[in-house]
Amino acid sequence: MFANLSYKTQRRIIIIAFSLIPVVLLFTFAYLPVFNMFKYSFTNWNGYSKSFDYVGFENYQTIFTNPKYFSVFKVSLYYFGATFVQMGLALYFATILSFNVRFKNFFKGVLFFPYLLNGVAIGFIFLVFFRPDGTLDTLLQVIGLGHLSQGWLLNPNIINISLAGASLWRYMGFNFIIFLGAISSIGKDIYEAADIDGANRWHQFRHIILPSIKRILQLNLILAISGAISAFDIPYIMTGGSNGSNTFVIQTVDVAFKYSKLGLASAMAVVLLIIVILVTLLQRVLIKGDD
Amino acid sequence: MYRLKYAAGSTFKYITLILGAFAALIPIIVVFFSSLKTNAEYGATSPLDPPQNWMNFSNYTKAFVDGKMLLGFGNTLFILAISIIGATLIGSMIAYVLSRFKFRGSKLLMGAFLLATLIPSVTTQVATFRIIDTLDLVNTRFAPIILYLGTDIIAVYIFLQFLDTISESLDESAMLDGASYITIFFKIVLPLLAPAIVTVIIVKGVNIYNDFYTPFLYMPGENLQVISTALFKFKGPYGSQWEVICAAIMITIIPILVAFIALQKYIYNGFAQGSVK
Repeated sequence: MFANLSYKTQRRIIIIAFSLIPVVLLFTFAYLPVFNMFKYSFTNWNGYSKSFDYVGFENYQTIFTNPKYFSVFKVSLYYFGATFVQMGLALYFATILSFNVRFKNFFKGVLFFPYLLNGVAIGFIFLVFFRPDGTLDTLLQVIGLGHLSQGWLLNPNIINISLAGASLWRYMGFNFIIFLGAISSIGKDIYEAADIDGANRWHQFRHIILPSIKRILQLNLILAISGAISAFDIPYIMTGGSNGSNTFVIQTVDVAFKYSKLGLASAMAVVLLIIVILVTLLQRVLIKGDD
Repeated sequence: MYRLKYAAGSTFKYITLILGAFAALIPIIVVFFSSLKTNAEYGATSPLDPPQNWMNFSNYTKAFVDGKMLLGFGNTLFILAISIIGATLIGSMIAYVLSRFKFRGSKLLMGAFLLATLIPSVTTQVATFRIIDTLDLVNTRFAPIILYLGTDIIAVYIFLQFLDTISESLDESAMLDGASYITIFFKIVLPLLAPAIVTVIIVKGVNIYNDFYTPFLYMPGENLQVISTALFKFKGPYGSQWEVICAAIMITIIPILVAFIALQKYIYNGFAQGSVK
């Protein structure tokens, strides 16, 4: 029946039929929440009562003046810092594993595997890892550095470094596999030409590999920034945000669902969204500027 | 001299690789060892000591039964299957329309999908929760399903990228034979998209299996637990029985490990294609 219609009619039907569901989903779950979020952020709504008042910028004022709300951004800096180490390690391993190495597939698999694990499983694995007399303390004793042992998750000065370390362990494999894919798409003949010119591995890395994956490095940097600001799984599962490990998202979830301050939580989410979008836009402009 | 330097470089390379592999594996190996220890043994031995009895699976039985892990696997599988089939179908359809037809508003539609990638879903969760609540979906398996379908822009991208490489002359020659657009899509385009579909299934599958935030927020109900929330529930009541928690951790890891070993090649390709573009 459908086949008997003219292609012009068919075309119209297909366009509408195929885009209807995606468009409805896109607007309901991507744009409507953003719109509502802005609306709620100017209210004192608790999320369930029928009535609420518009309070202007009061929620925003609370976020920027009450140190309790603003200090969480400092925690993001730990995760942000960790992503540089993470990307450095990923780049190093991706580079050496794109050349001839024994047991290449084994190393590839082992380095990438943590990324595939469940966030809750990783949280628990690192609770075992960091507990007093746990894996880390035992390892330190074995290599004679037992005196460095301490409350990895109890000391507020160390806790965010420990958590960011767990996060690094989790996501390094992702960066690694992306870099590996990018490096392997560089033509073999370029290396051969470089070999003939007498370039060593460092020269090859500096002048061939690095420039060809620059774009992907920058892309990963964007992901790193938004990832650092939206850190949730690891700290929430491991510490619940205690001992100064509270991140912005943990706090937003608590404010919204535990303390029923939906208006305030929405304002926090708006701030978060604006930061992420600004950073992303800035990055895009910078990337474009390079070409 | 050159050879000596080369050998030193090579040794350094292998030492770092072994250190890297060690760092990646040791946290998991310790959990594996612990999962096979008895409660007394767990308390008395060092985390690095292997278990006395490699066949002590009592923690596994306990974790599996007490933690209702089967229920968790069932719910995860249900959500995974429907979301992936839906996302593949919906994603490939919209990508087909966007890549093959130029119509009024097609640029705008494309822009709308592009712009949505800028919004991290974690920021809008509070408002999204209200929408799911209004739709009466909170505490049903359809809350995560509809969210996994609705926010899936990555799948659309992967399909769009791939559709560009499928020549339009194929569509045209089928049209000369009188095939309808529906036939062209299901009989020609969809089968040619197979590699892209595999990519989408892997990237999405991993995300859904590992997601904690969505099921935790939207399905607090006891009988709706998925693998990640089932595991999370061990935290309070088993505080003194870490060997049982370790067994529960291993139960969630084993399926991933098996899938990873079986699908290694596709998984690498999937991630290389799926995340960069």
